[in-house]
Amino acid sequence: MIKENTPLERLQNGIIKENPTFVLMLGMCPTLAVTTSAINGIGMGLSTTLVLALSNLIISLLRNIIPDRVRMPAFIVIVASFVTIVQFLLQGYVPSLYSSLGIYIPLIVVNCIILGRAESYASKNPPIPSLFDGLGMGLGFTMSITIIGLVREFIGAGTLFGVQVLPLADAASGKAGYTPVSIFVMAPGAFFILAILVAVMKEVRLHMAKKGKPLPGVQGMMEDGCSACPMADHCMGKAQLESAGATDSASVKKVVEDNQKAIKEAVKKDASSAESGKDGE
Amino acid sequence: MIMNTFLQVILIFVSTSIVNNVVLSRFLGLCPFLGVSKKVETAAGMGGAIIFVITLSSFVTGLIYKFILVPSGFQYLQTIVFILVIAALVQFIEMVLKKNMPALYKSLGVYLPLITTNCAVLGVALDNVTKYYDVGASADLLKGVVYGFGTSVGFAISIIIMASIREKMEDNDVPEAFKGTGIVVVTAGLMSIAFCGFSGVISL
Repeated sequence: MIKENTPLERLQNGIIKENPTFVLMLGMCPTLAVTTSAINGIGMGLSTTLVLALSNLIISLLRNIIPDRVRMPAFIVIVASFVTIVQFLLQGYVPSLYSSLGIYIPLIVVNCIILGRAESYASKNPPIPSLFDGLGMGLGFTMSITIIGLVREFIGAGTLFGVQVLPLADAASGKAGYTPVSIFVMAPGAFFILAILVAVMKEVRLHMAKKGKPLPGVQGMMEDGCSACPMADHCMGKAQLESAGATDSASVKKVVEDNQKAIKEAVKKDASSAESGKDGE
Repeated sequence: MIMNTFLQVILIFVSTSIVNNVVLSRFLGLCPFLGVSKKVETAAGMGGAIIFVITLSSFVTGLIYKFILVPSGFQYLQTIVFILVIAALVQFIEMVLKKNMPALYKSLGVYLPLITTNCAVLGVALDNVTKYYDVGASADLLKGVVYGFGTSVGFAISIIIMASIREKMEDNDVPEAFKGTGIVVVTAGLMSIAFCGFSGVISL
């Protein structure tokens, strides 16, 4: 067992234990939008990693200076500054990637992995672990979206990293070969890939919980409603929480706990308890 | 001349609301789309709030870009400025509605804070810059606002359809692993295929 909050432990935590895409299910918008090819996935992942690591470092350094009440706007400004820097670097050095990622580069600002890590880790921990936490999370994100990109590219076009691996059929010359399922590089394919991912992870979760080694809870929007989101305390999940009757932070915590309890109940495979425990509705 | 502008505006509206649907083909605003689409009523409230905020923010960010950022040569600060302006604007709208229009606040108010860090709002503001505000010397505010309005109407359409489908399939026997989010995302994929049918109708 590696000691907690050391650089190595943080890296491992981000890449495997709390992988943002597969385990925490955070930041799904860019995951779906840019994974039409593996190259795009790597580009987006590395840009996010850079922003995540540097903003974690700065936020951690400033954690005792930023007043608690204005910390969200302060975090957003720090993140937005790094995003702007990354945007210029890409524009200058890899213009082709910049144009294919397009608007999703500036939208890294509103990626919930970054604000989630700032809020839940960097604002409470010293700079070096925070830097490595950002690096680990970023690399985990890069790895996951590259894998998703590879799968989509392979099924949708028969290529890997832009190299044709499967010989394509050619109707004109009557050549036999692979007919790409082009829907997988289009928008609907992204949704189907995500659905399969969610279903597989749900099975894995149930399996691991049964073995007594439960995975960390889902933090993104993939849990019913927004109450499991890392930002739920600040308004992001307000509508959802209010419909569950939570208005102050104590009852917010209760809704989140209820959610976790509901997951545990579902594990028992008792169909009726899984139904009634769902989101307290 | 006026006829021409009118035609262009109509084209922008149809193209953004139906053809290039913001959720189903561009994946912006997925969080509220999956999070608050359990009931048609809440979905409609969310849709209304989004229409309100995006239309207003595309106007305000357009003004700021045209009259502050361009004259002072600070275009590169657009991301930082826009996100702060949007956050402030949402807070401001919330206060004004609470004070002056309690009825509207009651139906839209709870959804407003959700929208601050919504990627669709920032996405529209940034899109407008590259599409309409940054071309030549004349920034086209009208087109930007229509672009924002169309995009948000597209969001409202898709979230309301999604909520109606979810209400209908509540009692369906879904495979264990797909229960909850899984089946919702599959539904979104099928809706996305349907919306793919419109692609190529208009290209801007």
